[in-house]
Amino acid sequence: MSDPAATVTSVTSTLVNAKGLTKHFGSFEAVRGIDVEVSRGEAFGFLGPNGAGKSSTMRMVSCVSPRTGGELRVLGLDPDTDGPRIRARIGVVPQQDNLDTELTVRQNLQVYGRYFGLSRSAVRAKATELMEFAQLSDRADAEVEPLSGGMKRRLTIARSLVNDPDLLLLDEPTTGLDPQARHLLWDRLFRLKQSGVTLIITTHYMDEAEQLCDRLVVMDGGRIAAEGSPGELIRRYSTKEVLELRFPPGEQSGDEVRDLAERIEVLPDRVLLYTSDGEAALAAAHARGVRPVSSLVRRSTLEDVFLRLTGRTLVD
Amino acid sequence: MSTHVVSPWRAPLIAVEHHWTWYRRNWRATVISNFLQPVLFLLAMGVGFGSQVREGEATGGHPYLVYLAPALLVITAVQNAVFESTWAVFSAFKWQRTYLAAVATPITPAQVLHGQLLWIALRLVTGTAVFLLIAVALGAISSPMAVLAVPFAALAGMAFSAPAVAFTATREKPDSFNAIFRFLVMPMTLFTGGFFPLSQLPAWIHPLAWLTPVWHGIELARGATFGTLRLLPALGHVAYLSALVALGVLLGRRYFRRRLAV
Ligand SMILES: Nc1ncnc2c1ncn2[C@@H]1O[C@H](COP(=O)(O)OP(=O)(O)OP(=O)(O)O)[C@@H](O)[C@H]1O
Ligand SMILES: [Mg+2]
Repeated sequence: MSDPAATVTSVTSTLVNAKGLTKHFGSFEAVRGIDVEVSRGEAFGFLGPNGAGKSSTMRMVSCVSPRTGGELRVLGLDPDTDGPRIRARIGVVPQQDNLDTELTVRQNLQVYGRYFGLSRSAVRAKATELMEFAQLSDRADAEVEPLSGGMKRRLTIARSLVNDPDLLLLDEPTTGLDPQARHLLWDRLFRLKQSGVTLIITTHYMDEAEQLCDRLVVMDGGRIAAEGSPGELIRRYSTKEVLELRFPPGEQSGDEVRDLAERIEVLPDRVLLYTSDGEAALAAAHARGVRPVSSLVRRSTLEDVFLRLTGRTLVD
Repeated sequence: MSTHVVSPWRAPLIAVEHHWTWYRRNWRATVISNFLQPVLFLLAMGVGFGSQVREGEATGGHPYLVYLAPALLVITAVQNAVFESTWAVFSAFKWQRTYLAAVATPITPAQVLHGQLLWIALRLVTGTAVFLLIAVALGAISSPMAVLAVPFAALAGMAFSAPAVAFTATREKPDSFNAIFRFLVMPMTLFTGGFFPLSQLPAWIHPLAWLTPVWHGIELARGATFGTLRLLPALGHVAYLSALVALGVLLGRRYFRRRLAV
């Protein structure tokens, strides 16, 4: 295209563009050539089990970890040469909190904002606004150390917003939190998405991915196994319904029910039957004299997609 | 956009501001080791033990307290540099992980190092200055030229600190820090002419003493205080100490990058 304005738009509407991206630690290949494109306004997810390479990828995108090979552009710039400029415009929530626990909630936000070159008065105002957003105003001048895990996580997220980032990278934002704390965080992330912030989230919770992500990739062993919206992935790699038959561990090979479904998965304690009609499959199994400890008919989830793609469960 | 990449000159100052925010809350905990301990030392060695020491050639014709004070200024600076360059830096990598937070901003690993060293230098200058005032109040120092001992002591402290910070950046565990204090810093402060002239020690120890920043710092601080410092040796001492600082900064930049950009 010859119109320069159009070129600029097309460049800036793709916030992250990776081609054949790799990361090695010594001889170990943590990321083995992945292609990713994230557009402005999107909520994009990396779903995968422990060691899949999610954090390694996030750290390359956040320009703290140099890539080993492949192409990477973040906000249209190359992290190798423009790291500081990119980092000035993104927000990062690392997997492990790195707050200054000997400072107060307010001081953490102010100090961090200063690193982005914001003036003292600007960080004062911003800290107040962000404590409001993260529901931490009543703890403003309390030291961080004794705060609960959920509060620390909220503060880390608030801190990542201090520079009004174009792109927010969240590495397992809710791991280790209780359900109530997770829902509060999801609500905050949802608001950010509504306000137009582009989100990249890693998680090994399928419900989190389904709740928050417009589009995601399933990652395993440093590679991308599949890509799409949660609905697309489920339609493509699973059936409408799943019949779960629970047995005492090791007492079921799945042979008696194999022909009752399009596909089955045999796990240590249960057999999953992928079918468009779970109730019918259950009736057929009963008619054959199969007697599970319990049974359940449910809709397919990303967990099933993952199982199909990798032969393993996500959270074990 | 209200944010931008801060200049390489301003970035370390922002890191210093971070340290200062911490210090404002926690300075009380540093008072005992930074001030009280050296003052107790000055009283015990200078006034107590020193009353048994005759003035003479060995003490440059000065009372022992007066002979000791400028050297103790240097020794205090180096000892204060130890904790700030090992445990504090290690914590920022491993426990508090504040460095990891900083390098996710436009700040670079090298700038984090520069900020850390600048902060340690500020601590050494202010700590030594306060110690000087106390020594004056105790009658241990009277020469106005002793003011020069403050930057000399801080320089000696940094000549130890910069390489020590670089070393700390390579550590995965804090095991070696106590050994550094016991087997490097203690001998370095005891056998480098501070408490008694180097000439009292066997000749083979002298070259070892000349390698230490403490010996150079004591030569400078004492020479300035007693007006016996000559230009050429002074330049030599400053050059050697500066070279150690430069070496520490160069190694530190490499190790900070290796540690923080993985
Ligand atoms: N600094 C490092 N040095 C050596 N190996 C590393 C390093 N960082 C990560 N790895 C290895 O790379 C692989 C991928 O790690 P990564 O942290 O990216 O996985 P992840 O998908 O984020 O997993 P998790 O869900 O456990 O956070 C793992 O096998 C890990 O041990
Ligand atoms: Mg991870």
